[in-house]
Amino acid sequence: MTDQLETTISVKGLWKVYGPNPERIVGTEDALLSRADLREKTGCTVAVRDVSFDVSDGEVFVVMGLSGSGKSTLVRCMTRLVEPTAGQIKLEGEDILAANTQRLRELRRTRFSMVFQHFGLLPHRRVIDNVAYGLEINGMSKNDRYARAMEVISLVGLEGNEANYPSELSGGMQQRVGLGRALASNPDVMFFDEPFSALDPLIRRDMQQEVIRLHEEVNKTMVFITHDLAEALKLGDRIAIMRDGALVQVGTPEELVARPVDDYVANFVRDFPKSHILTLRWIAREPTSVDDLSGPILAPDMIVRDAARQVLEAGRPVRVMNGEQLLGVVTSDEILSVIAGGPDD
Amino acid sequence: MVRKGAKRTSLVLLIAAASLVLAACGGAKVSSTSSAAASSSTSTPACGTFNLAVNPWVGYEADAAVVAYVAQTKLGCNVVKKNLSEEISWQGFATGEVDAILENWGHADLTKKYITEQKVAQDAGPTGNQGIIGWYVDPWLAQKYPDILDYKNLNKYASMFKTSESGSKGAFLDGDPSYVTNDEAIIKNLGLNFKVVYTGSEAALITAFRNGETQKKPVIGYFYEPQWFLSEVPLKHVALPPYTPGCDADPKTVACDYPPYPLNKVVSTKFATSGSPAYNLVKNFNWTNDDQNEVAKYIAQDKMTDDQAAKKWVDANPDKVAAWLAG
Amino acid sequence: MTSATLAPEKLATPKTPKSLLGRKNAIVGIGWFILAILLKGRSTLPLNRSSLTSVQESLTNLSDAIDRNRNSNPFFLNVINKIRSSINAFVNLLQDAISQGSATRAVPQIGWLGVVAVIGLAVAVFASARAALLAVVGFVTLGLLGLWQESMDTLALTLAAVVLALLIGIPLGVLAGLYPRFEKLITPILDFAQVMPTFVYLTPVTLFFLIGPASATIVTLIYAIPPALRITTVAIRGVPWSTVEAAVSMGSTRWQALRKVQLPQAKRTIVVGINQTIMAALAMVTIAALIDAPGLGLVVVKALETLDVGRSFKAGLAIVIMAVVLDRSTTAAAERVQKDSMQQQTTAQKFGVASKWIGLLLTLVAIYISNIYLWASQFPGSGILGLKVASIADSSTGWIQLHLVNVTNGITDLFSYGLLNPIQSLLVNAPWYTTAAAIFVIGYLLKGFRLALIVVVCVATILISGLWSDSMVTLASTLVAALITVVLGIVVGTWVGRSLPVDRVLRPILDAGQVMPAFVYLVPFLGLFGATRFTAIMAAVVYASPAAIKLVADGVWGVPESITEAAISAGSNTWQLITKVQLPSARRAIALAINQGLIYVLAMVVVGGLVGAGGLGYLVVAGFSQENLKGKGLAAGVAIVMLGILIDRITQAIADRRDVHAKAVAT
Repeated sequence: MTDQLETTISVKGLWKVYGPNPERIVGTEDALLSRADLREKTGCTVAVRDVSFDVSDGEVFVVMGLSGSGKSTLVRCMTRLVEPTAGQIKLEGEDILAANTQRLRELRRTRFSMVFQHFGLLPHRRVIDNVAYGLEINGMSKNDRYARAMEVISLVGLEGNEANYPSELSGGMQQRVGLGRALASNPDVMFFDEPFSALDPLIRRDMQQEVIRLHEEVNKTMVFITHDLAEALKLGDRIAIMRDGALVQVGTPEELVARPVDDYVANFVRDFPKSHILTLRWIAREPTSVDDLSGPILAPDMIVRDAARQVLEAGRPVRVMNGEQLLGVVTSDEILSVIAGGPDD
Repeated sequence: MVRKGAKRTSLVLLIAAASLVLAACGGAKVSSTSSAAASSSTSTPACGTFNLAVNPWVGYEADAAVVAYVAQTKLGCNVVKKNLSEEISWQGFATGEVDAILENWGHADLTKKYITEQKVAQDAGPTGNQGIIGWYVDPWLAQKYPDILDYKNLNKYASMFKTSESGSKGAFLDGDPSYVTNDEAIIKNLGLNFKVVYTGSEAALITAFRNGETQKKPVIGYFYEPQWFLSEVPLKHVALPPYTPGCDADPKTVACDYPPYPLNKVVSTKFATSGSPAYNLVKNFNWTNDDQNEVAKYIAQDKMTDDQAAKKWVDANPDKVAAWLAG
Repeated sequence: MTSATLAPEKLATPKTPKSLLGRKNAIVGIGWFILAILLKGRSTLPLNRSSLTSVQESLTNLSDAIDRNRNSNPFFLNVINKIRSSINAFVNLLQDAISQGSATRAVPQIGWLGVVAVIGLAVAVFASARAALLAVVGFVTLGLLGLWQESMDTLALTLAAVVLALLIGIPLGVLAGLYPRFEKLITPILDFAQVMPTFVYLTPVTLFFLIGPASATIVTLIYAIPPALRITTVAIRGVPWSTVEAAVSMGSTRWQALRKVQLPQAKRTIVVGINQTIMAALAMVTIAALIDAPGLGLVVVKALETLDVGRSFKAGLAIVIMAVVLDRSTTAAAERVQKDSMQQQTTAQKFGVASKWIGLLLTLVAIYISNIYLWASQFPGSGILGLKVASIADSSTGWIQLHLVNVTNGITDLFSYGLLNPIQSLLVNAPWYTTAAAIFVIGYLLKGFRLALIVVVCVATILISGLWSDSMVTLASTLVAALITVVLGIVVGTWVGRSLPVDRVLRPILDAGQVMPAFVYLVPFLGLFGATRFTAIMAAVVYASPAAIKLVADGVWGVPESITEAAISAGSNTWQLITKVQLPSARRAIALAINQGLIYVLAMVVVGGLVGAGGLGYLVVAGFSQENLKGKGLAAGVAIVMLGILIDRITQAIADRRDVHAKAVAT
């Protein structure tokens, strides 16, 4: 599905081990020990364990996990805020780990940017100077960077606040500044480290909308870290679930919900209303000989919740068709079993 | 874990205790007799305590070292040395905390207050030392420009003495503020192109002269004899208009050299009338500038302790000491 | 394309015209500068060295009056003399115990072995085993330096002063903590006690309390009570009111609440107060020597007479060792108190009862042995280590003076001609009313009427003292010294704050700089920089920069990690990180460093007077040594205090201003 698009980010065999002489752990038997056992034996802790994945151009790739799963460490490895112990990271074909200090800085200034959980704003600078910070250290003239900053400020909905100081803004607005700062340098890739965890639920929802809107508008490749399942399912094109430093499952939201790969994932997605994620494609069944095949037609990627009323009112099986191809039928039985919940699949 | 640690500590301490007790047995014991050595002669009256002020310059320390040594070893006195500035020493006369000052440089104001007015102190005669205060330069400078030793030529050389502290004029160095000086007035009244720089302490003054000699930098300033530093760097005296009695009566119009000071001793009236043999010693004490310089050298340059320096001199000059102890 | 999201909820803070304030201050500064040049030389209020104003004369007469009335006045006889004799008795008791012989004994009751044992036991019991080891090693080193008796003299005096300071300071501190009105009343008194140069009240104290241990203790007390008092107040205030409320709501009386709730919770901070009190007392060691207080201070002062660098360094080192031992022990005690209050089994209990009893027994045995046997009483050996240390100090000073003298002379001239002289001539030659007006306006702009009023009082007092010109001389040197201190503070402080290993290495050196008596490094400095104002400035920088460095390091270290992470990931290089992120975020700490740096520099004004600084410092020293200048010396001391208050309040106001924007976002 994604192979026709360019691979912007490619991560292979990424490891991050904390402790004395971490390199010796990778690739040995010790690496397979549990966290507690490993610490007892070597004093080392594995934060990221042999992670590999790709991200396509313009994709929103979400990494999800509970605290301690290693997701924050993972995203920091990708920008080398934390130095990986082993593995390979390629950004637009360039080997990040091989870049020297100067090249790394250049990449940070022009190719990718990050939005932080605790905003990371410079408290002694006004909004416009915060947003323009990346441009300033790259040597852009005052007029030019202020012009660009103002563009971005209106993009994130902060017009009129450019002269305020961070302490004068609410949490949501501060994060918008963080967002603006990350956008100002027009990066190819944006990293988000649990950017909304520190905000109120209502504001969080608005900010999620904001990210979706921005993505539609500027179509940047995004790597998004969160511990909130609902957020992940809402924002992600693909989601990777992490546990104890390793990737457990990588897939689209529907794949995770419909086909959890093990009990851990299943447990994760259990409480999420399936009907909001699953599409008809996933619940359609093979038509039997007795099925009336004259019912209405619905698209396979229609969400169950949206299709529910029509199916229930149809009285006959609804045909799920992809163009001319019949993928299956959906009746009220299928709808109800999703909506009413019950044991997985 | 706790048990182990506690046990281990107890064991260590027990061993330490045992070894200490073993090692301790033996060795000289602290004697509980009086710290003062027994007096040599039974005919001298009991001395008791003798409060001796020690003012903060090496010459005085030399005086005090010798007097204290003699008082202790020959008279059996309990000498209490008190390191005090001159001001506070005189203050101590009234309260009985200070019995004697061994070297007084003039101090007409203190004399007036404590001797004349309050009558708590009195003069105890000259020390035999001649105090000379004056203007001095480093020997290398005197050698290079011999005419600099006359004040009339100073203006010719004034610019040589310029420093960052003296503006456009030559710098004239004063030292410890407890030494009253007339230098500001003298400079003004003789029309000299100099400015007084207050170095603030004797250490600063001495260092300036010392550096002047080693770095061949021109330095001129106030100094005095006898002083231990002169045996390290023999400063040369600059001649001002000679002293005549009364020429320094009005501090504003002074334009002459300092008078020689016959240094004297001052004691409290209480001490003088107490009949203590220490008073006799102080009254009789006198020696020459050379004597003082010698002991000062032992202390300052040979780094001997006061008692060591005193002993050395006393052993070498028994007749002088005998003269002090007589009658 | 603006988003149709909710309207921004702005917090109702008005835009503070920070840049506008800066501009106004700059205008005042420029205005003063122009006027100073135009009106140069007018109304500068000069005063000759030996001249006296009427105010100064009357102060001299006052002290004479006291002198005359001492033996007849009933106040003296009953109150002052009683105080004197009881303090004397207390100190003599301590001295007989550990440092000096008495009429019947040549040596003290407890010899070196006993003292070392007691110290080791006490520190182990109340602090930690590690601190105890350090204490034992430190004290034995004092003996090896050949300075055992002098160290014990200093210890006895310090102990006496500290005990008295705590007895007075802690109860008063509790009072001040409970009653803010009382605190407001005593704060100016405490300020005076801490800023007034000791030299100024040395002679008056001996006037009242005569020469002896009492005066030395009281002089130390005056400087040691403020930290004890202030920190106790902070400790009491630091106990959350909700805890006290809970106790009161259960029916406790005020006294019960104090005893059972506030004091126990304030314990840890009070122990920090004890630490600071000890440090303050040790700082007075050399000054007390000027009124014949026995001990290490006297060794330093005497060594100064012959410019014996080696001997004074040896004694200075001993003071540093004692300070470090006492500092670490009391700090460890504070941590121990904290830990024990929060866990079930105290550290003492962990050691077990047996070892405690054995330790006690051991100590008693050691005391007994040191009482009886000579070898355990007088420290054996002739201080070989001390001689070594002295000779190393001598030879290195000699080497430095020989080889660096050209460089140092050049630096002296550069700073004096280039920086100090222009500033000084501006301040001294400007008419007094121009300068006074400028400071007044700046004070008003910064913090309004309150600050302006303080400015008026301070300036007026300086004018009344008759020492305006000298004050301007001192102010110029103070400003230059503060400038150097702040630059050092920022540069080295940033370095230390960014790197933990550097912190570990430098911190002991910084501590030594603060504790080493100035007299020790004065002589080498005189050799290097001559008897100039710059020497005084250098001495002040040595004393003040450790504090500034520590403050800036603390500020840089405290910048929230989220901010530095964000800046790094935006691609900042090291220089940009420091200048655009870390330093601006540490603004409050830098402002505090400026404030404290200036205060510390001012504390060295009198010492500066001893090495050629002139100005108020010299006048204080002169007043101490010359009968007829007593009043002038006192006036100079007051002028120094006024300068101190002025500088402190103004720099604090600047710091508070900067705080408005430095409020970090909640993390």
